[in-house]
Amino acid sequence: MTADPKGVLTGAHFLDGDQACTEGCLAAGARFAAGYPITPSTEIVERFAQRIPTVGGVFVQMEDELAASIAIQGAVWGGAKAFTVTSGPGFSLMMEHLGYAVMTETPCVLVNVQRGGPSTGLPTLPAQSDMMQARWGSHGDYEIIALSPSSPQECFDLTIQAFNLSEEFRVPVLLMMDECVGHMTEKVVIPEAEGIEIRPRRLTTLPPDQFTLYATNGDMVPDMVHAGMGYRFHVTGLTHDDRGYPAMTAQAQDKLIRRLKGKISTAAERIAFRDEEALDDAEVVVVSYGITARVAQRAIEDARRKGLKVGKLRLITVWPFPERQVRELAGRVKAFVVPELNMGQMALEVERAAGGRARTIPVPHAGGTVHQPADILRAIEEAAK
Amino acid sequence: MAKGSVSIIVERCKGCAFCVEFCPTKVLALSSAFNAKGYHPPHVVAPEKCSGCDLCGMYCPDFAIYGYKIGKKESEAAA
Amino acid sequence: MIPVEEVATNPVEPFLRMERIPHIWCPGCGIGTSVNSFTRALIESEADLNKIAIVSGIGCTGRVAGYMKLDSFHTTHGRAIPFATGLKLARPDLTVVVYSGDGDLFAIGGNHFIHAARRNIDLKVICVNNLIYAMTGGQAAPTTPVTAVSTTSPYGCYEPPFNLPYLAAAAGATYVARWTTFHVRQLARAMKEILRRKGFSFIEVISPCPTLYQRRNKMGDGLDAMKFYKEHSKVKNGAPTAEVGLDIAGDIIVGKFIEIERPSYADVMRHQLHARLGDRYACEEGAVCQ
Ligand SMILES: Cc1ncc(C[n+]2csc(CCOP(=O)(O)OP(=O)(O)O)c2C)c(N)n1
Ligand code: SF4
Ligand code: SF4
Ligand code: SF4
Repeated sequence: MTADPKGVLTGAHFLDGDQACTEGCLAAGARFAAGYPITPSTEIVERFAQRIPTVGGVFVQMEDELAASIAIQGAVWGGAKAFTVTSGPGFSLMMEHLGYAVMTETPCVLVNVQRGGPSTGLPTLPAQSDMMQARWGSHGDYEIIALSPSSPQECFDLTIQAFNLSEEFRVPVLLMMDECVGHMTEKVVIPEAEGIEIRPRRLTTLPPDQFTLYATNGDMVPDMVHAGMGYRFHVTGLTHDDRGYPAMTAQAQDKLIRRLKGKISTAAERIAFRDEEALDDAEVVVVSYGITARVAQRAIEDARRKGLKVGKLRLITVWPFPERQVRELAGRVKAFVVPELNMGQMALEVERAAGGRARTIPVPHAGGTVHQPADILRAIEEAAK
Repeated sequence: MAKGSVSIIVERCKGCAFCVEFCPTKVLALSSAFNAKGYHPPHVVAPEKCSGCDLCGMYCPDFAIYGYKIGKKESEAAA
Repeated sequence: MIPVEEVATNPVEPFLRMERIPHIWCPGCGIGTSVNSFTRALIESEADLNKIAIVSGIGCTGRVAGYMKLDSFHTTHGRAIPFATGLKLARPDLTVVVYSGDGDLFAIGGNHFIHAARRNIDLKVICVNNLIYAMTGGQAAPTTPVTAVSTTSPYGCYEPPFNLPYLAAAAGATYVARWTTFHVRQLARAMKEILRRKGFSFIEVISPCPTLYQRRNKMGDGLDAMKFYKEHSKVKNGAPTAEVGLDIAGDIIVGKFIEIERPSYADVMRHQLHARLGDRYACEEGAVCQ
């Protein structure tokens, strides 16, 4: 299926990452958003509020992020494609409903334009310090999909990708932006609607008397129904059986959790999007994502000018983490350099996947601004020794 | 002649006596027997007084009893 | 022999997921009684059951959604109203009922309640008020009367409770009523009324919790609570909501307190967007959900 032209602002535009994200939501078919203002993410819903009445849909400003992150799920079960956006403090408030979406298999998109934390932190300045919260922030065992754009163009493209993945796997998908990417203005090319591939909702074709809400068929993802279609179904955040009825047993828990995790982990390789350069003969690989990948690019080029064999692994999908690929690289490179705007979060994953076969050199940064390329270069030189 | 009757699903009952207390014509009483869950379900002690008003059904928190009108067709035919 | 016109099933059964009965509620709990009134209201409102969704939060009352054979959502603690808000705004054709407990709707969910009432989202909110956090074992709720003993007010509660009808009215609810589980017919009528009307509507249902509220307060069993409601309820339709607060052993003022018209959120939204955008406003039915 291709995009509904009503939501697609075809053409070349100068947009910041936040605005591009809004256009991605509209192009992806999102017709419902709920939000609560927070810098530096607010522009996304401001633009949505301005655009949606002429496209056809609803924006509602809720009383807090708890409300916003569950209102979108009500809209989804009504049949909408829906999203919410936030930053640090609001992301913390959304965690319970991230888990609800995982448990109830509610496709939706949550955007986090990251700023410095903990707590109110640095409202207007960048960070990438919610990466582990994205992975583990809600309680319980689950897998998550999170994408990290490093340009306004990617904010557009990956937002559509996020919606498509959420529909394919029936999961909440996180778009982990950062303040720099959100507020950086660049050329964004929006294709014709026919050129935008849209994954439609997996609606059942079975009649109500043959349909079981969470029964799967073939893959691990059940087909969905919406309220008002006559199926009279039940959705709960409690551990449930295939019918969606509460099932308070260890067996039901085991079956459900394994399927919820499995539907993502078995597809992990296929959805682990990456941007790679010169990995074949690399001695050092710089692993980065989001805005930091752009700073790292400069350091990588400087290092190559100095004759160092440096490869680039930019994570577009940050979760699931490309574990197999990093493990494989670890067998033939000296070290990984991992610059990020936090004190070393994804570096832990790189280190874990490398399993001691190559060194991992974090380049931590507490946020508030971006790295100096020289700091990353120094780490590359150290790694090459 | 009774205008109504009740149906009691003994095994669902939890013996709260709401139905007994609020039946306007005192048709019911808790029986001395136990159901499988160990509760005393109601039984009919004055069948002729039942109007089939279903107040017992509206009170029963366990959906274990309901009242219904009987002989409706006959009385309509007679009228 | 008496000619019997057999009624094959309890009239409540077609509305329940019978495969889930017996339910989890205790003997003498009022939640099931409130469900009887709700099902009678569904029958009498002649509503299309495929177009009614029921949304609950978490708690003993929160289990209602799971027993009703409707599109039903058991959400998170306190968040039934914002879930229902999203559902209703995306699907104006659905009748959306919120059925939950007093702690769920007025402690953790209190902020959502007042904002949904302020916005006049077209929701039908039914609150079973058992004066306690029951599901978690009987802790003090924002409705627990002063001096009542709970596990977290072992020497008697000293926080003033909310007067729920007053709160709902102040926040902008367009229909406010209170009944007890003794008033099964009045409650069914009120529920039917809110199913049929538009606007944020609120019914408080005072209900026994023999297991956790009454036992600690030496108030007997469910039947004792029901008898108390019978003796101590005073019907005062139109009573000023400021005057209907509850205390531990006082009279319970019941009735329909408020019924007013006010344009709903969706109506005002459409009107405003039309005024500003004219024909550019894309408001056709179903625009949200393709
Ligand atoms: C975020 C969160 N906090 C706490 C709980 C635990 N909890 C479950 S039900 C409940 C209280 C329910 O009280 P009420 O809404 O009055 O319903 P009742 O059980 O009395 O019907 C609490 C505190 C929870 N499930 N989620
Ligand atoms: S139907 Fe009415 S009269 Fe008959 S037992 Fe029930 S409450 Fe009593
Ligand atoms: S009201 Fe229901 S549960 Fe209570 S005694 Fe009567 S039949 Fe039993
Ligand atoms: S604990 Fe109280 S509210 Fe919960 S089911 Fe038992 S009686 Fe009802």
